[in-house]
Amino acid sequence: MLDRSLIGKTYPEILFSVEKQRLKFFAKATQQSDPIYFDEDFAKKNGHPSILAPPTFITTIVYEQEKPYQYLEDLGIPIGSILHARQEYTNYESIYAGDELRMESKIGEIYEKKDGMLEFISFISNYKNQKNELVAESVSTLVLRNYEKK
Amino acid sequence: MKKNELNNIRIGDEIPSLTLKPISRSMLALYASASGDHNPIHIDIDFAKKNGLSDIIAHGMLVMSFLAQAITNIFPQNSIKKFDAKFIAVTNINDILTCEGKIIDIEFKDSLKRLFLKLLVIDESGEKKLSGSATIELIINEK
Repeated sequence: MLDRSLIGKTYPEILFSVEKQRLKFFAKATQQSDPIYFDEDFAKKNGHPSILAPPTFITTIVYEQEKPYQYLEDLGIPIGSILHARQEYTNYESIYAGDELRMESKIGEIYEKKDGMLEFISFISNYKNQKNELVAESVSTLVLRNYEKK
Repeated sequence: MKKNELNNIRIGDEIPSLTLKPISRSMLALYASASGDHNPIHIDIDFAKKNGLSDIIAHGMLVMSFLAQAITNIFPQNSIKKFDAKFIAVTNINDILTCEGKIIDIEFKDSLKRLFLKLLVIDESGEKKLSGSATIELIINEK
């Protein structure tokens, strides 16, 4: 069972440069059809300063760390036993290629369902840009499957 | 519903559905690289089997990215104020996903028209993979 005293634990800030190439690659991988997500000229002609980051892009920032799954090890969670249960975004400002973002995260909630067979843990993050504007907040909830392995 | 008809949206209207190509292994490998999410459960069949699955499964965030496109195909991205998803069932290789959305409520506040969307991703057999919601704020430019 996960240690409930971890609720509120904060993680070191992650700095992230939003690169044009990275956005283009992300657009390709997610099969974007709208050129504002991969064509800078098109984006500019349509009133954007550069390529726009699509709604779920900020969830890639957490993987920019040297050991992106270290937090699971710290919590004693084997990576193969977790699934993504829920994802929530609140958006304030658009994110464009060239932006410099800062992500701060903490553990929000830990709770269980089905007599402890399933345990849930949520991570609350906020993202600020180079102008120190809050651009977005997110809550990622993972579910830990505690049933016996074959 | 079309992009140029946003002023006429009513409760019960549906956004155009978006159907994707069948989920393939290369799609998941590509998403793993582009997102940085290298969790082997999405790319390594041996690892998936060791963890009680019969095959690799799609990243939930890839499915949510598809759903986001169903919204941005209609609404300007900066009008999406809230967007959430609950992952109900895993998405498997060869699943053909369709993203759907419906306006379930509308409220007016000052010069804003706030739309509440109920969202769903299903596969070709109708199995629900993801359910979600979004709040869209449009600036009213005509009365």
